[in-house]
Amino acid sequence: MSEQPSASPLRASSSAFLDGLRAALGSVFFYVLLGNYVGIGALSYEFGFDLGWMVLSTLLIWAAPAQVILISTLGTATLIEVAIAVTLSSVRFLPMVAALLPMLKHERTRQRDLVLPMHFTAISVWVEGMRLLPAVATERRAAFYNGLGAGLISSAVIASAVGYYLAAKLPPLAAATLLFLTPMALLMSVSRNSRTLLDGLAFGLGLVVGPVVAAQKIGLDLMWTGLIAGTAAYVVHRLREAMR
Amino acid sequence: MSATMAEIGPYLALILVGFLPNEVWRVLGLVLVRGLDEDSQAIVWVRAVATAMLAGVLAQLILASSGALAAIPVGVRIGAACAGFVAFLIARRSVFTGVVVGEAAFVAGALAFGP
Repeated sequence: MSEQPSASPLRASSSAFLDGLRAALGSVFFYVLLGNYVGIGALSYEFGFDLGWMVLSTLLIWAAPAQVILISTLGTATLIEVAIAVTLSSVRFLPMVAALLPMLKHERTRQRDLVLPMHFTAISVWVEGMRLLPAVATERRAAFYNGLGAGLISSAVIASAVGYYLAAKLPPLAAATLLFLTPMALLMSVSRNSRTLLDGLAFGLGLVVGPVVAAQKIGLDLMWTGLIAGTAAYVVHRLREAMR
Repeated sequence: MSATMAEIGPYLALILVGFLPNEVWRVLGLVLVRGLDEDSQAIVWVRAVATAMLAGVLAQLILASSGALAAIPVGVRIGAACAGFVAFLIARRSVFTGVVVGEAAFVAGALAFGP
């Protein structure tokens, strides 16, 4: 696959990493995360956490909903309650990581090579990764994805620090507009990625099933939405393949 | 069972009730997928589940907003999302155009109908 078989693997993977970083800078999510994490930085200031804690929470958790829950409940709720709320908000990572990692594997991949891509997986990195990885040679994919993840997480870390210092000065409408960036980018990016019937159907059904499930108040909304809408889309996809 | 952050400090709390309960799902994904390849039917299904969950996240963010976003009427949030999506389609699936138009519609709607 590689054009220069003599090139060292280290150099090859660092060039793939740089390509990934560059892709991060060109991604709409780089700018969306900037906006979104300004809000999270401001929130952590309001709740009295220090800047180092804020940055560490982004690096370790790397999931905006979980971070918002952690920041806003840690001061008042018991630790068990916080842990349950955080874990319920993060179920999506299981299918995302499971769908991603097989794309990164080749015959020499060791399990530990997949740990960093696993940790970098968040909605933004995953959506861009699923879009861009098919065009990247298999051996370069893990390094490329790490570059993409490092670039996007940097955007979040910088923005959260800026938000931390801006906190007191942000008017409510500006804060709301920044928060609205996430659903907008998610809507457009996932729609753009939904080139196949399966993806488009899973996404469209999820938009309908999500609010219906939420209205039933049975809990674990996202898990049920994913299982019901995702499985229905998969069944339609299989039936259509079988009819060909 | 009723321990709070005050007893263990913010950094230990971050690890125990922030990092670990969040990361467990990523690790499960890594463990469960060992040995499966990209084209296996299980992975095709899992990908559909992940995509549907993203749609669920999106619906939640718009319909059941929290924080500063909750102060903006739900009609404005839905309308702005629709405006952005139409612009995205007209601009031949340009994510940038869709986001900018959606945000502009959001600000206009918030100023007209907001608090």
